Amino acid sequence: MIQVKRRNSFYRIITLSAAFLLTLTTSLFAQDTAGDAVAGEALFKSNCGACHKLYKPMTGPALYNVVEKYDGDYEWLYKWIKNSQALIKSGDARAVQVYEENGKKVMNAFPALSNADIDNILAYTNTPQPAPPEKTIVEGEAVGGGVSNNIILGVLALVFVLLVAVLFLVNNTLKKFATAQGIEVEEPTKRTPIWKAFVQNQFLVLVTSILLLLGSAYFAYGALMSVGVEQGYAPIQPIHYSHRIHAGENAIECKYCHSSARVSKHSGIPSLNVCMNCHKSIAEVAGDGDYASVTEDYSKEFYDGEIQKLYKAVGWDPATQSYTGETQPVEWVRIHNLPDFAYFNHSQHVTVAGIECQKCHGPVEEMEVMYQYAPLTMGWCINCHRETNVKIEGNPYYEKIHEQLSEKYGVEQLTAAQMGGLECGKCHY
Amino acid sequence: MKNSLNFILGLVLLAVVSCDSNDRKPGFEYMPNMYESVPYDTYGEYDIFQTVTGGSEAMKPAEGSVMRGWLPYEIEDNQDGYAFAKANLTNPLPYTEENLAKGTELYNIYCGICHGNKGDGQGTLAKREKILGVPAYNDAGRAITEGSVYHVMYYGINSMGSYASQMTEEELWQVNHYVMSLKDALDKKEPRPTIDVGAVLEPNTMMMTDDLEVLEDTQSDNQGEAMQQAGEENPATNLDGNE
Repeated sequence: MIQVKRRNSFYRIITLSAAFLLTLTTSLFAQDTAGDAVAGEALFKSNCGACHKLYKPMTGPALYNVVEKYDGDYEWLYKWIKNSQALIKSGDARAVQVYEENGKKVMNAFPALSNADIDNILAYTNTPQPAPPEKTIVEGEAVGGGVSNNIILGVLALVFVLLVAVLFLVNNTLKKFATAQGIEVEEPTKRTPIWKAFVQNQFLVLVTSILLLLGSAYFAYGALMSVGVEQGYAPIQPIHYSHRIHAGENAIECKYCHSSARVSKHSGIPSLNVCMNCHKSIAEVAGDGDYASVTEDYSKEFYDGEIQKLYKAVGWDPATQSYTGETQPVEWVRIHNLPDFAYFNHSQHVTVAGIECQKCHGPVEEMEVMYQYAPLTMGWCINCHRETNVKIEGNPYYEKIHEQLSEKYGVEQLTAAQMGGLECGKCHY
Repeated sequence: MKNSLNFILGLVLLAVVSCDSNDRKPGFEYMPNMYESVPYDTYGEYDIFQTVTGGSEAMKPAEGSVMRGWLPYEIEDNQDGYAFAKANLTNPLPYTEENLAKGTELYNIYCGICHGNKGDGQGTLAKREKILGVPAYNDAGRAITEGSVYHVMYYGINSMGSYASQMTEEELWQVNHYVMSLKDALDKKEPRPTIDVGAVLEPNTMMMTDDLEVLEDTQSDNQGEAMQQAGEENPATNLDGNE
């Protein structure tokens, strides 16, 4: 084991140093104008990254080796980056050509960037794409650690089966020897079978039947009480959407996607255009680095595949950065279902009462797979109505009735129940 | 004796294991015809929609249907439209505390995640390098105006998507006010003074009927019937004054 590890690190050092040498040589060639690629990276990310990537087209074209593409004409690039529209209007032939080649999309002007800044950015665009990590090495390590457990279990099972077979065979041969040599094998003396002994012992029968009855009553009660209660229901969705990554790590507001929870009865499933607000730019999950989102159970490949599913459903072609128009609906599986005879309104709870989504839906920001947190039973609703005070700040609609009712009940703060939150007709009609 | 006990224990264990419900599948319903609604339920699946959406009830509104309170936005989604909106479009909502507060709330939900809660382009997604190149609102190259901000929120631009599906026009304009206030703050300008809602009676401002009644009551009490007519004209004069 130790040897294998050493060999791996040896290979890694070789590949790393090779890559390092390669970067050195390319950057040596690219040092026409002295630009600082590290400073350039920061500038690129804060200014250009909205529309450009280095190795893939985005809103604008890929920018890797852009200096070479324009024959190292720095002066032209300065003008273009600072104000491309002015350059086009001045009738510069190359500017017009670039504008038309890229679908006449207008590039923002960047008057704030100095020539030195642009040199830095251009130095960064010369960074070659880092080689993908050596697949074979990674897989070799995985085989050494993960699969071996299964192999060991398999081998154990095989040994066990062999042992049983051997014992059976040995027994048979011994019996054969015994009959051949005329030795009488002693038959075990007949005892009363265990079930007969059990039936004869009336006390034991009584106790057992009482226990069985109690046990079955317990389970029957549990089964009946779980009818219509779907707590913990976590169906497999057509696209594996991780609330942990979106709401947890990236801290996106619930209402960003479920925007109708603010204003309507339903907290809607976001339409795919809402996904594309971000996923137009985010085509891959960060597999490493400070902001990596992958876990042991879900790999980068898995998550990237799920984003591809989104692209397929919404009809987005990442290569041309445009919509194909071929869409297909995503058949999400509904988790939270209230029966038809109970009325529930999201906006009443979210906007008027200002209740956190987590109060009913649980720690969604930690859920890799969404599940139903609350039982959604009537007792659960009513309990919360009894405990929660009505939010009256900034709500003139409640002022008058709150004043009168709080006087009637002799309390400072009314609960939802005291405001009529227990009346049958509020939810059942 | 011992064997029979083991047997019972085994049975109980088996019962426990088999009762462990499968979380991937829904459970049972009692009297489904009381659980399932007779009319088409939101996100329900119905045969009648099979030819249209593959069975799903979720559809776009019928062509030409108009939401209550909706007004057409006639500026087109192209460069000319953008330039036109940037130069000519202004916020129709009064710059009130209320509109600004609502705009702040909505901004922090929808915009702050990328643009940063201060409008400096340092939102969580930008900081975590998920979305790059988010500009600050005082970016000189973009030089945003009320009109350009609304146009971009309505249609989206480059990597930014449209927010017209998540917010109504009124909400977009409320956010617009807040965005411009953030720009002022980034430019280190004096904050724009807000208008007192009570002083303005604009058709756009939502005034509660109770308030109107109160207004009329006080007018009739204090000034008598003759003055009331003049009082009714007040809103119009105020509106002119505001413009």
